[in-house]
Amino acid sequence: MRIFFTEELLKQAKQNSNIILLTADLGFSVFEEFAEALPNQYLNTGCSEANTVSMAAGLALSGKKVFIYSIVPFITMRCFEQIRVDVCMHQADVTLVGVGGGLAYGQLGPTHHAIEDIAILRALPNMKVVCPGDPMESRLATRALIQARGPAYLRLNKKNDPRVHPHEFHFEIGKAILLCEGKDVTLISTGSMLPRAIAVATLLEEKNIKTTVLSMPTVKPLDTGAIDRAIKTTSAIFTLEEHSVIGGLGGAVAEYLSESPIRPRVFHRFGIQDRFTRECGDPLYLHRIHGLTAEQITDSIVKLYH
Amino acid sequence: MVSSGQSSHVGTALSCADILTVLYFSILNIDPKNPADPDRDRFILSKGHGCTAQYATLAERGFFNPKILETYYQNGGLLGHATCKMVPGMEVSTGSLGHGLGLGVGMAYAAHLDAKKYRVFVVMGDGECNEGSVWEAALAAPQWGLDNLVAIIDYNQLQGCGKTQEILNLEPFKAKWESFRWAVKEVDGHDTDALLKVFQKLPFEIGKPSLVIAHTTKGKGISFMENRVEWHYKSPNFEQQTQALKELSS
Repeated sequence: MRIFFTEELLKQAKQNSNIILLTADLGFSVFEEFAEALPNQYLNTGCSEANTVSMAAGLALSGKKVFIYSIVPFITMRCFEQIRVDVCMHQADVTLVGVGGGLAYGQLGPTHHAIEDIAILRALPNMKVVCPGDPMESRLATRALIQARGPAYLRLNKKNDPRVHPHEFHFEIGKAILLCEGKDVTLISTGSMLPRAIAVATLLEEKNIKTTVLSMPTVKPLDTGAIDRAIKTTSAIFTLEEHSVIGGLGGAVAEYLSESPIRPRVFHRFGIQDRFTRECGDPLYLHRIHGLTAEQITDSIVKLYH
Repeated sequence: MVSSGQSSHVGTALSCADILTVLYFSILNIDPKNPADPDRDRFILSKGHGCTAQYATLAERGFFNPKILETYYQNGGLLGHATCKMVPGMEVSTGSLGHGLGLGVGMAYAAHLDAKKYRVFVVMGDGECNEGSVWEAALAAPQWGLDNLVAIIDYNQLQGCGKTQEILNLEPFKAKWESFRWAVKEVDGHDTDALLKVFQKLPFEIGKPSLVIAHTTKGKGISFMENRVEWHYKSPNFEQQTQALKELSS
């Protein structure tokens, strides 16, 4: 996912000298090619996220299109007020790029896990929140964010993410992507859980539950039209994300459904439980602890649906 | 403005008013008729709670009709912290301390990238220098040789709840900034001739950002406000306003 972002950014930055990439001293072995090709468009600002975000806003207010790269908690939480005041209040053209969404940095522990970032960022006025589900969505989201203006957050997984989309397709910020259609349940996924959602749909098929899978890379603005269609075509809606069950995609969909005149018979949020994950393990090991393997999710859906 | 709106922060505005006057009338390359000129000097009041000084200076300098000042702190009027786009000439929104220098670093770096000649001036409070983000920016600006960046500290030695020396002592202040590789000069922040002379020497050193420590008095010019911490919050009543205006015009 990350390499599709860096390749696309470099390609676009070669055409547009206003694109500036700042890194808060992360991205070793990721940005060497960018730094060498475009030394005037690349700057390591040191591990000083507050200043990096303020500086990015200053650059953006002087006509630049700025991307800032770091690990999710550092580029979203340590400098949250700089994001709020300097970027969002000024509608500055700054995209925060966070790597390691959810439990991607499994063994590094809860300081490096990202389970609250979507919740806090989507609460900010003017902010777009985009969480690609596979490498292709990462490339297309990067391209779309370069075309768009204003504050944005691009939440990436890490590396070696499975491909879901074999080819490029029409991608729009704020629009869900329909992957398969079934008449019984809708599974809405954001970010790295997309391959898991597809695996769940296959397992449900074996149990004769027909599943619609929606990839929802944009959590804000939320594609409420896609949710309306899901309510009308299936009787159960499930959300799936590598984020706390509080405030992420599940929270956003729940907010929408609670005010909707028609609601699904069954709704459930699959995500990380409301606690710090102190166990050591790789992402899949930690997903099992939170009940997020394909088999665990399938079993839960079967119980909830019947 | 402060009296009719019954707002806080009159002391902090009076503390930096002379600095703003010298900058806006003699130093900044700005045009009230073309406030978005890409080559203009940028001014950031990082201590955004002193915004009445900036609103009044901008109005006097011709950026907007002084009648608008009467709406300060009133429903539907000018906000109680510096807010961009509210009036022409207000570059950025501030109010939360410790943001302005980082914004200034970004603007100064953009000038450097675009080979533009404009300068960026940031006025900060001394209490504001308690914020860690100030020191992140202080470390960053010299790294890239931003000699088009000028920071001015309104060093009145009083902050929200008392004396800076007793809350978080900034001294040795000049040595701190010098050790961060800034070129530093000290000046009486109410002596307009001295301020003018200092600003005319900018940049103090090629390849280094400049820092002016302006020694000031909170509540300057009004006998019952000078060096009194309560005027960080209090707003003058009618009698106090009358006396203050009398003292200022004498």
